[in-house]
Amino acid sequence: MDGSKFNDVLTGEQKIRNFNINFGPQHPAAHGVLRLVLELDGEIVERCDPHIGLLHRGTEKLMESRTYLQNLPYFDRLDYVSPMNQEHAWCLAIEKLTGTKVPRRASLIRVLYSEIGRVLNHLLNITTQAMDVGALTPPLWGFEEREKLMVFYERACGARLHAAYFRPGGVHQDLPDDLIDDIEEWCGTFPAVMDDIDGLLTDNRIFKQRNADIGIITEQDILDYGFSGVMVRGSGLAWDLRRAQPYECYNEFEFEIPVGKNGDCYDRYLCRMEEMRQSLSIMKQAIAKLREPEGQGDVMARGKMTPPSRGDMKRSMEALIHHFKLYTEGFHVPEGEVYAAVEAPKGEFGVYLVADGTNKPYRAKLRAPGFLHLQAMDYMCKGHQLADVAAIIGTMDVVFGEIDR
Amino acid sequence: MSAALKELGAMIEAKRPDCVLSWSVENDELTVNVAPASVVSFSEFLKTDQTCQFSTLVDMTAVDYPTRDNRFDMVYHFLSMYQNQRIRMKVAIREEEMLASIVDIFPAANWFEREIFDMFGILFTGHPDLRRILTDYGFRGHPLRKDFPTTGYVELRYDEAEKRVVYEPVNLVQEYRQFDFMSPWEGAKYVLPGDEKSEDEEAKA
Repeated sequence: MDGSKFNDVLTGEQKIRNFNINFGPQHPAAHGVLRLVLELDGEIVERCDPHIGLLHRGTEKLMESRTYLQNLPYFDRLDYVSPMNQEHAWCLAIEKLTGTKVPRRASLIRVLYSEIGRVLNHLLNITTQAMDVGALTPPLWGFEEREKLMVFYERACGARLHAAYFRPGGVHQDLPDDLIDDIEEWCGTFPAVMDDIDGLLTDNRIFKQRNADIGIITEQDILDYGFSGVMVRGSGLAWDLRRAQPYECYNEFEFEIPVGKNGDCYDRYLCRMEEMRQSLSIMKQAIAKLREPEGQGDVMARGKMTPPSRGDMKRSMEALIHHFKLYTEGFHVPEGEVYAAVEAPKGEFGVYLVADGTNKPYRAKLRAPGFLHLQAMDYMCKGHQLADVAAIIGTMDVVFGEIDR
Repeated sequence: MSAALKELGAMIEAKRPDCVLSWSVENDELTVNVAPASVVSFSEFLKTDQTCQFSTLVDMTAVDYPTRDNRFDMVYHFLSMYQNQRIRMKVAIREEEMLASIVDIFPAANWFEREIFDMFGILFTGHPDLRRILTDYGFRGHPLRKDFPTTGYVELRYDEAEKRVVYEPVNLVQEYRQFDFMSPWEGAKYVLPGDEKSEDEEAKA
């Protein structure tokens, strides 16, 4: 507002113009490298133009010149707060094209770790969103639990974040028994932490004021903008791929799909809290199933797609050749195209894979849920206050690893 | 599952014979090939028809086949949350051909079309704001085309003397290594080192 020019001295009316401000890419509430060009009328957002691509690494281009197995670790680097859920989609796509049947134990381990990934993601999202609207304690408490979960990641595969644990045909290594015991023990202690975070936020007056009735999404918006995951469930649609189009062995598990009523930021927060409790129940069921006699056995469908066991390699020349060929040339995937999607914590994460019969994908398209959520930024922010922009970005659960690819 | 998809495919073909070129069910997925001119009307049909109700645009992408006459395949994925079904729509277009935008029917197509324009250089008519989206400001070329090198053409660094970021032609200290692990009996089209002699002998004989 340019206060120097008075048009009318008597009424004191000023010439008012809209402000354009640059939000990010280094703003802590931008959850990564998001640059927003905001046009403000006073404190009301008139237009919001997200500039993305600051973390673009050309994953899809790189994937075209690498083998299927070499491409797997790229998926950890997409949505880096729940890495294994992304790998899952890639493995499912390959398994669908090759017609591979995953052994039961591997399937259960995948479910267990997918749910750990969901808790990892929701813990980060809820607590940092709370930080965006002014609470400082939740991230400290939430990250402590995240740390414990990442230790479980590390004990399974050796890495806290970039796991590369799910492999086409199974999972890379079996879980030791004491790790399963420790995960179960953690499942016993986590509800208390959930209650603590719940007590901090759910009835918190400031948190409610900042979130309730902010960023309301209707059923029509969901269809128009292609939302998925919590963005759909927060508005009352019980849509969950684990239930609607079951993959892996999710149809054996009992869990409930929490839905919101108003479709605002606060309902999405409540959905995420309840989803963590449901994940916990799925984890307990998976652990119980892993201990049953049917849950024992190999964790890889032994064949051309997976390495031979260490013991075989010591004795069999064929196994040694197979191991060498697998890790240099890689396996070949029959010609065809396939779309495989998983219910990642953020929504529907899909892989569209075009194979041409060689050892490398001809084209792989990664469908990130955050890409579509962020696209609706302009629509959702219009008419809201500037301070609400931070709350909306937080509730959309955007991570730039997957949006920029 | 695939029986229901076959039924759906046959139904769609019967209802819109002018749009559908062919359809198939593979890997439990229904693919419908459509002519470029009918992209808008067919996607509107998929959205509004009571038996289809494909009201969500899940994904949009392109695939580059440089050797084909119709160089690009545009691929659309739709989802019906009400019927719990998915469908794939494919459109083959020539390199210089413009495709009609479906933003008016599916607002979610906005960024997808920007991304495809950015990555493949396909132009969409009727798109409100066809800017680059993922690449750098002022980027040239379309990276996901098969003739675009993985290393790109320019690199940037901070110049201490000029006190700003400068762009320079890409300079590789080591040649870009693209190993070919295919076995020489199936993959390699080049002559292996040491095999040149045998070729000469063949020529003599």
